[in-house]
Amino acid sequence: MELAVLLPAIAFYVFAGAAIAFAFGVVAARNPVRSVLFLIMTFFSAAGLFVLLGAEFLAMILVMVYVGAVAVLFLFVVMMLDIDFVEMKQGFADYLPLGGLLAFVLTVELIVLGASWSISGKAEELRQAPITEGQDNLQAFSAVLYTDYAFFLEAAGLVLLVAMIGAIVLTNFHKKGVKRQNIPAQVARRAEDGVELVDVKPGQGI
Amino acid sequence: MMDIGLGHYLAVAAIMFSIGVFGIFVNRKNVIVILMSVELILLSVNINFVTFSTYLNDLGGQVFALFVLTVAAAEAAVGLAILVVYFRNRGNIAVADINLMKG
Repeated sequence: MELAVLLPAIAFYVFAGAAIAFAFGVVAARNPVRSVLFLIMTFFSAAGLFVLLGAEFLAMILVMVYVGAVAVLFLFVVMMLDIDFVEMKQGFADYLPLGGLLAFVLTVELIVLGASWSISGKAEELRQAPITEGQDNLQAFSAVLYTDYAFFLEAAGLVLLVAMIGAIVLTNFHKKGVKRQNIPAQVARRAEDGVELVDVKPGQGI
Repeated sequence: MMDIGLGHYLAVAAIMFSIGVFGIFVNRKNVIVILMSVELILLSVNINFVTFSTYLNDLGGQVFALFVLTVAAAEAAVGLAILVVYFRNRGNIAVADINLMKG
């Protein structure tokens, strides 16, 4: 067989196999730090699949957002929390049969569903943002993202803002008994409040 | 076998989704791994979106995948923040003991 035909197939099987193997590593690893590293590799492999599918922009975003932000966040939290990793894995064997059975049934169901899938004849006319020929992915993507989906983009930004505020409010806490600088009180302080003149009579205290 | 089509990508997404569900089942004590399993599930959903986007020649799927990514990032941030607060209060992250909000 020609290499040009064979190569995309080989690339698909490499990326797909790697993605699934690393995904299994995420759930099976003993050490959560390893789980996070497996998660990073899973996202890399998935980004490879996205490139094969022609969604280059999303592939790069996946690497940036997941490897650059989310996975590092996970890594920080895993390393920050002082947890007994051995104790964490207890109960793995207890739930293995049920979980394995469920996962197997789910996989078979989903694959049967996917295999019996056929694209409807009406799909062509129901497209929301048809891809025009000769336009590269980033160009086509940004053309619809900032026009047709502008409102949703702003809503997504709002979701991130709310998540950021929520995360800060949740984790920000003040230890009681620690003296801190109170800038508004310092700025609002006047000479009259700071100095008090007391007429002390001889032989008496204040 | 060598002709990669829609079904191949759907199968990858299906297997990854099941691994995510499996991870939630077997890692009952570790919230961090459960959060990572949720990320895996969202990734498999994204693979499905992008696959259909390509095979139907419709960019809407990719735009939606971007929003799924946004929500996944927000979810990870808030989830991990809750986890840190919980660890600060209780000293462990055992999921079975999380019943503070139970009436």
